[in-house]
Amino acid sequence: MSVRPSAEADPVLGAAEAAGTPSRTGWRKAWPFLLILAITAAVPLAGNDYWTLIATRAAIYWVLVSGLNLIIGFAGQLAIGYVALLLVGAYTTSVLASGNLGFALPSFAALGAAGAFGAVVGVIVGLPALRLRTFYFAITTLGFATIVTQIALAWQDVTGGGVGIVGPEMPAPFDSRIGFFVLCLAAASLCTWMTLNVAASRHGRALVAVRDADVAAEAVGISKPRLLVSIFLFAGAVAAIAGGLFASLQTYITPDAFTFELSLLFFIAVLIGGRGSVLGPLLGTIILTILPEFAAPLAAWAAFLYAALLLVIVLVVPGGIADLLDVASRRPLPPERAIMPRPAALATLLETPAGKPASEPMVLKGIELSFGALKAVDGVDLVIEPGTVHGLIGPNGSGKTTTLNVVSGYYRPQAGSARIGGCELLAEPPEARARLGIARTFQTPRIVGEASVIENVMIGGTVLGHATLAEALLALPRHRADEVRLREDARLALRAVGLEGLDEVRASRLQHSELRFMEIARALMVRPAFLLLDEPAAGLSTQEIKRLGALVSDVAARGTGVLLVEHHADLIFDICHHVTVLNLGQVLAAGTPAEIRTHKEVVSAYLGA
Amino acid sequence: MLYSILTSGLAVGAVYALIGVTYNTMFSTSRVMSFTAGQLGMLGGVLGSLFTLRLGIPWPLGLLLTLACCALIGIVTEFVAVRPVLKSLDQHLYVLSTLAVALMIQQFTAIMWSTEPQPFPRLLGGIGQDLLDEKFWLPVVTCAAVIVGLELLYRRTILGHAFLAVAEDNFAARALGLPERQLRVMAYALAGAIGALAGYSGGQLLLAFFANGPHLNFYGFIPVALGGLGNNRGAVVGGLALGLFQQTANFVVGGIFASVAVFTIFIVVLLIAPQGLLGSATARRV
Repeated sequence: MSVRPSAEADPVLGAAEAAGTPSRTGWRKAWPFLLILAITAAVPLAGNDYWTLIATRAAIYWVLVSGLNLIIGFAGQLAIGYVALLLVGAYTTSVLASGNLGFALPSFAALGAAGAFGAVVGVIVGLPALRLRTFYFAITTLGFATIVTQIALAWQDVTGGGVGIVGPEMPAPFDSRIGFFVLCLAAASLCTWMTLNVAASRHGRALVAVRDADVAAEAVGISKPRLLVSIFLFAGAVAAIAGGLFASLQTYITPDAFTFELSLLFFIAVLIGGRGSVLGPLLGTIILTILPEFAAPLAAWAAFLYAALLLVIVLVVPGGIADLLDVASRRPLPPERAIMPRPAALATLLETPAGKPASEPMVLKGIELSFGALKAVDGVDLVIEPGTVHGLIGPNGSGKTTTLNVVSGYYRPQAGSARIGGCELLAEPPEARARLGIARTFQTPRIVGEASVIENVMIGGTVLGHATLAEALLALPRHRADEVRLREDARLALRAVGLEGLDEVRASRLQHSELRFMEIARALMVRPAFLLLDEPAAGLSTQEIKRLGALVSDVAARGTGVLLVEHHADLIFDICHHVTVLNLGQVLAAGTPAEIRTHKEVVSAYLGA
Repeated sequence: MLYSILTSGLAVGAVYALIGVTYNTMFSTSRVMSFTAGQLGMLGGVLGSLFTLRLGIPWPLGLLLTLACCALIGIVTEFVAVRPVLKSLDQHLYVLSTLAVALMIQQFTAIMWSTEPQPFPRLLGGIGQDLLDEKFWLPVVTCAAVIVGLELLYRRTILGHAFLAVAEDNFAARALGLPERQLRVMAYALAGAIGALAGYSGGQLLLAFFANGPHLNFYGFIPVALGGLGNNRGAVVGGLALGLFQQTANFVVGGIFASVAVFTIFIVVLLIAPQGLLGSATARRV
């Protein structure tokens, strides 16, 4: 499974097939990779040493790009100067193997040490991404690439300065041209397999969520810093190992070998390939490695051509190769489809052991929040009882969504408290909410358009997974168990909200109303004790609003406390057990729907006669 | 020694500040940070040398031609790399498109001009010597003139007011009937000319060298990042401070470790204050 919908994304079959034939789908996803592996492995048979060399180089580049792809293609962090990691790996391996430090390690030990050091450097290079925005991060990686080259030049005792240093020699049987080629190909295959595993794990989905819907990612409990650091570790390690192999291939390295052109090649290979894909960047790497060989007279113009290619890709096919290959997403969806929530599926989903029915109410007391001179929320008290629907209504700008955002942790109020039992919510960061059993939807659906519907829903269950990134890389049993369970849950959640049959469709192709229900499915993944809905009925048809009402009532009936911010008075009075009316940041009235409907001030301020 | 740190520091600092102003001028009307800023500075030096030393055109005319060429490149950048991706500003495609254009400019220069640093002509000759040499005071004077000029433009002219309106809120500006697109094109042309002035006035210090582009990109960005996006005064203060710091580090610990020091401090400061030392708070996310 990749982040893109698979070839068999027939919406009707998709549901029927269920967990039916994993081996068949596995094969369908694997064949392009196996084909590339077979073709590459056959290159030495041509008997041309030069082409074996090119194939070896492509394999080494891919080892680096596979990790970089997780950073650029999945997490969306524009790391431009990744040649720095190649250099660090190349020099670490060469220096350790050469004995410049007074001792000499065996080549493979040096390669391993380079990997470990590369992981650390990878984190250092990546660290600014945790705080800085795109352009800033791009330029810091660029600065890093320059600095590292200058250090390699200046630190003559160890690196040999401008004169350079001998690359590590691999032990037999990897010392021959073919032997080394096989080694690099094996490393490249291993990296492909590992990154495919990550792409299909909760970590891979979380990376994409951080890229395309960072606020939603926080709400489902994804910790961006932890996630990115673990990816930087991995990408740094494989890049440095690629560097060691590169040094061995070159047999002799100087700082000049690590041109910015090379950095550009890595960067553009990912972008040509397309975001959120493994196959695309793999093809991109191969194409860019071979390209200059076919255009020998243009060798001097290589960097210019890469840059021109980058411009064309950005302007013409921002989706890259992966987008062109993605035939399934161009198949039409059934035009007459209705959202049909299934209470039975909801019951099964919410009855599973992971669910922790709320036993204590959520209590908001005296919340005050002002933006400058504007008091957005001015002393709001609110109690959400488990198993009930609590409506929050009021005119525009009365502080409804702001209150919701306080509960979600996006705003820190100047005064007040929000507790569930003994737990003070306001002391916790936004990403702690999912673990505390609080889930939410957004006024404008925040989704990953490029991922399939089911993957979007699975993002909601991120905190339910147990496997670490390392386990996911190696597809260890815990990771596989996570995936099976999350997928099964997501399928149930989709049926519960009535989006059956759309599992494998790209989320960007859904209608607005379907996205609203998809967000609810995502929120249900954690079996929330409290569910916060921010204008879920906006943009829905009358029919759909009815079904939404029934769905929300069902969810509440199973023990979840629902906080519903809404403008549709009918929906509010139909399904709410309590209603709080806000006006100018203050509670204007609170009570049962019947009391509110006849409350004089509410009628004059908001409902109208 | 103190004196020479001061003069050379202020001189390179003024060049960095001008590149910072180039970034800001493009940013203000388009919300785009363009990688072409440093390349414009590089071209200021290369074109200046090309027109005056290689083609023998008198320098005042050469300067005008240089400014015109860079303004044109600014306009081309706007059409090729900025306008098409403005619709999806949140996807940050502009980082890639402007990087692509910047690299094309750089590679084209490397192949057509030279990959070695080439001399830049002396302009005034006789005025000042040693530490008061024109190569030290030209950038400072140019920087001051550009800042004063921009202030006058923004405060005194209707065009400047229009720029400010677009920078403040381009939807509102469009609703008022301001020709937002034309203003953006003009801002890019202006940025091209400012970038050219940076490279031209610093030509005798930095020489006519194709690789000045990425160097200026980085060192010109630091004052912007520290001073806050779109803040020209912040860019000037930051640029001069950076120049002085860099030259001091150069004298004290040597060139390579000076760049390491600059880089480290830059990262640390940004991590502490991502909005810059003089910048404003982030926009609302939810």
